Formats: sequence, C-alpha cells, structure tokens
Amino acid sequence: MSQPTVALRVTAAVPLSPLLKGFTFEPADGGRVAPSGPGAHLRLFLKPGDRVHKNAYSLISNPEDRSHASIIVRRTADSKGGSAFLHEGVREGDVIEAGLPANLFPVARTARRHLMVSGGIGVTPFLAYIAAFEAAGTPWELHHFCRADEAGVFEALLAPYPASRIHIHAGPVFGGLDEVLARQPLGTHFYTCGPAVMMDAALELARALGWPRARLHSESFGGAGEGGMPFIAVLRRSNLEIAVGAETTLLDAIEAAGVDAPCLCRGGACGQCLTEVAEGEPEHRDHFLDAEERASGRVIMTCVSRARTARLVLEL
Amino acid sequence: MTIQFKPDETFRDDFSYANSDAAVLRFPFPFPEDAYMYSVNIEPHVPGGPSPAFDNPFDVDEHYVAECRERAKVLEQDPSRCKVLPHMMAAEWDTLELIMESFATSYPEHFTLTREGTAWTWENRPLGIRDSFIFGDASTLPLPPFEYITRQAQGDFTLQDQRDDNLFIDGGMVTTQADWSLDFDVGMSFHQWHGPVPLAHQKGVFDRALKFLLRLQYGAPVRRLNWTLTVNPRLDTSPENYPQWGPDRTTLTPENIAGTLHLRVELQSLFRLPRSNAILFGIRCYLCSIEDLARVEIWGKRLHRVLRDLHPEIADYKGTTRYRDMAVAWLSRFDDGAELPVGTAPRQTSLPPKR
Repeated sequence: MSQPTVALRVTAAVPLSPLLKGFTFEPADGGRVAPSGPGAHLRLFLKPGDRVHKNAYSLISNPEDRSHASIIVRRTADSKGGSAFLHEGVREGDVIEAGLPANLFPVARTARRHLMVSGGIGVTPFLAYIAAFEAAGTPWELHHFCRADEAGVFEALLAPYPASRIHIHAGPVFGGLDEVLARQPLGTHFYTCGPAVMMDAALELARALGWPRARLHSESFGGAGEGGMPFIAVLRRSNLEIAVGAETTLLDAIEAAGVDAPCLCRGGACGQCLTEVAEGEPEHRDHFLDAEERASGRVIMTCVSRARTARLVLEL
Repeated sequence: MTIQFKPDETFRDDFSYANSDAAVLRFPFPFPEDAYMYSVNIEPHVPGGPSPAFDNPFDVDEHYVAECRERAKVLEQDPSRCKVLPHMMAAEWDTLELIMESFATSYPEHFTLTREGTAWTWENRPLGIRDSFIFGDASTLPLPPFEYITRQAQGDFTLQDQRDDNLFIDGGMVTTQADWSLDFDVGMSFHQWHGPVPLAHQKGVFDRALKFLLRLQYGAPVRRLNWTLTVNPRLDTSPENYPQWGPDRTTLTPENIAGTLHLRVELQSLFRLPRSNAILFGIRCYLCSIEDLARVEIWGKRLHRVLRDLHPEIADYKGTTRYRDMAVAWLSRFDDGAELPVGTAPRQTSLPPKR
C-alpha cells in the first residue's frame, strides 16, 4: 500500500557553499507540517525528467509548533537527478511532493549522555539531535569531520550551541577517536552518520574498545518493501502477465491488474498473502517464512517480496 | 452526528451498563470463521470494514462519558494504574497531540482544538473541560500530558519505547483490562510481557509480530481484535481487584447467563508516534451480553461454534473453563448448523426484540 504524501512549498532555498544548499518547506495548503523527532528523514519525490527520484534527507529541525521543515542537500558529484535537480531546478515558491517523516535513526531516550561522530553532510541529523539535547539538558559531545574548505559552513551551523561540546576536525585525516571513545562514562550512547567507510571505522573502533552493541547507532535509510529490479509476474490461474516496476510492490501490481489477491498487514508479517510459486526464484523480504520455506523457493509473500529472475510464475 | 451519551451507566455494583440496538449492531464482532486460533491478525487501521467502530482512529460511542467516569473512580482508588517512565515524556506529548487532533477531526461537534503556534486550547464538551496550555510545557497542564488526555478517552493505552531491536512497555493508562497488570509489566520487553499467553509463542506469532511492529511507520497505523468473556459488564477486571470480580464466575446459572455473560472485545490499535519514535498501543474494550449478540443471527450461531470448539488451553487461559459448557448450552438453541459466510458483518439492519 502506498504511504500518504503531502505537498510542500519551498519557502527558502539558500546556498551554504558551492555544494551545500539549505531548504525550508511549509505545507502548500497552509496547515502544519507533520510532527517529527530528532533523526527523522523526509522523502522527497523529485521529477526532473520522466522518472521519479525518491530521495531521503534528514530533517535538521523538529519545531514543536510544526511551522516548517528544513533540510540541507549536498550536490553529489555524479548526480543524474535528485540532488542536482534540487540545487539547480528548485526555487522558492515551488511545490514538491513528499512522504510523511520516518525515523530510522532515533535518539536513545534512556541514554545519560550522547556522543556523536559525523562526516560532512552526515551532521544533518545531529543538528536536530543537539537542539533536542539542549532543550532537555542532556549532556552531549560532537566530533565532526569535514573538508577544510567547508569547515566554516559547519561552524556556522553549529554556532548556536556551546563550543565546548563541539569538535570540528577539518582536513583529510580521520583519527583521534580512540581517546574520545575510551573516556566516556557509563550510560553514554554513540551515534555516527556520514560516509559508509567512516561509519564502519568508527563502529569498529568502538566495538574494539568494548562498547556494547546496544549502545552503538548508525544512520541507515534501510530497505523498503517496494523498490528493486523490475520483473514480469505471470498469474497462471488468471491468465495474466503483469509488469512489476522498480517502484511498486508485487502485491500492488497484482491488485492494479484487477486480481483480488489475499493480503492483510502488507508488511510481510501476517502470512495472509502467501502465494505458491510455480516457476522462477523469489527474493524473500518477509518475516513470515521460515528458513526451509525460503530455501524451497515454492512460496512467496507478495506484499514485500520480489523476484530474482526476470519472470515469476504464481498460482494466482 | 451528535452522539447520545448515557452518562449514568455503571460498570460495577448495580451494573446498569447496556447497549442500545444501534450499539449492538456496531459491535466489533471478532470471529470471521467458525473456529478460532491465534494468528498475527494485523491489518491497516484505515476507515471502513464490517463495523463503524473502525471508522475513526479512536472510536467514541454512547458509553464515552460513563467510561471516563469509571476510569476516574479506578484511579482514585488505585493511582498505580497510570504510570509512565521518565524517558517517555516526548511520547506523552505525542499521545496528547494524536488523540486531540483525532477527536477534533472525527467528532467536531464534541471536541475542538485551537492552536496558535505552541499555545493550544482544548475543549471537551461531553466532559465539560476547557484548558489552555503551552504544547511541550507540562507545567501548563493540570496533569502530566499522557494522563491528562487518556483520562478523556475510552479504552486503555500503553506506550512502547523502541530500543535494542525490541519494544519495552514503558508507560500506560490501564483501568479497563482483561486480567493483566501494568504495575507488574511496566519496563518489560515484548516477549516478557506476552509470556503468559499459551500456544502462540510456539507458533512464532510473537517473533513475527515484533519484527513487524519494529518497522511500523508513522501515518500507517494497524489494528487487530482480541477477545475474552467477562461476567457482568465490568471494565476493571484487573489482577489488583481479583477478589472483587473473580467470584462473579460462580454466580452464573442457566437462567441468568444470557444477560450476565459478556463477550469482551478489544479493538487494539498501534500507532508509530512521530516525535518520540515510540509506539502507542490502544486497547479499546467493547462489552456485549451474549443475549444481545444472539439477536444477530449470524453472530449467535458463530459464537456457539467458536466456544464449543475452542482449544482447551485457550479456554483455560481466558478464564472460561468454569462456565463454558453452560454458555455453549444456552447458545446451542440458535444454531441450526447451517453454513455461515466468512466475515463479521451483522448482515441485518435491525434487531428482533429481546426474548
């Protein structure tokens, strides 16, 4: 099932550096933006050409009054759509379709202290974190790694907060974290967001120093139920061949073809949409089938799973 | 549509609670088939379906005022029924925001929410409440935000914090429960608080349900129905008060069982809360005597079959062992054995007079 979407109007588009641009949105209908918490992201549906890019950006603020939502976008070097379009094709007053905020990088509410390590644009969720920690009076410490020519941009973004808690490491060297990780008091949670190599190195270091897994958190936009390689589903009993696109689920495609398929939770848990596979190899993404059923390749949960083969023949 | 409330109904002592015919017809009957077994019977909580009880995020019905009064009585006698751990304050505000917005949207004739930035005014006309406060500043409300708003809602609520790939029951307002204790469960993980349920663990129901709930998205709530049987229309069947309601089971006779034994259905809803990333679990309790249920032809027959063939361990867990045969015997007069359609809709628009 497709998630609800909202129309957002760009009320500010401000270049922060040659590669970074800040955007502020308000609801196009004049109401309030959806509430969100620190770590949440917004998925923007960008249409620079014929294809829709669903890009996720961390929300840098979560105002209590829900008056606006803000993000910062880095123009990636090889961008063919999303970030280049936002930098060059989107202006104040434009309206963009977006999903509701989702949070795959939430704050640990039981933490006594928060230690954050970010790289480059990876600081964006921590801007929302820090605002929340400051409001609640929870101790925190940030180590930010960035290119030397962008240090000033990040200093400006962090300027409202106590300088004693902020450590900006400008330049190509990633280091000095051993001592920081080793001296944290019990009850500290560790968060990292940035390039994958940096997050991996930081997490590896923390584990080597004996940090428990439950205290380590890293940003990930996760795998969604929909999305993947397109394939053809053959519904043998209905005598239909349907194309399952890259952006849709198998179940949605079956329903769009007018076939009444069993389903309930649409999240891979309840087991209702279990369907027999006659030919082809399923790519299982559900939580329902056990290892033996998965290995057999003879059944599929249509709400979240897809196909590894170009064709998948179903008993439907 | 203005709801005609029945403010003087009671759920204790003289048990004056009763359903109007319209309330019987909108009862969320839980058995789509003749047999019952545990499953992950979760579906999207969207408007529509076989009962109008599903039409809004939070259902308000003719018992609203009386149920809020009953909750206040329980809390007066036992304040431990409302408990929220300190790290759940963001989830408290999430709950207040969600319920106020939903009530004001679903029932504008009864509830109004006015907002100017973070300055909010809340009007609850059925209960005669009007308060202005600053959203996010608990000192501006007469009670903590979660207790404040759940005292104004039907059904129990719990707050689940999500951490370590698990859910922890770190708060709740629980005064209309089917024999479980918030005070005992608070702080437990998902499998711990479901520990007493028979059979379902072995079937992997809780493993799958937990994985599903960890991925629950804001804006896409889900629901399921659960059920048990309760003697007398008593909302507070808590372990804390067992001495008061446990003996009720010995009072049933073939003569009084029809009006005294109630099917108790919980419309359980789960909402991802946006600010805290916690999950709000609503447990909305509906009570209907088996006498009234049998006035819906398909329900009388089906309830007979479900109770007759119920797995003994489930029958025992639900506390029905002492009187199940008596209930089956009373219901058997309605069941001609005819095949019934799958589904829970009543398939009739009016009720025959009570027998």
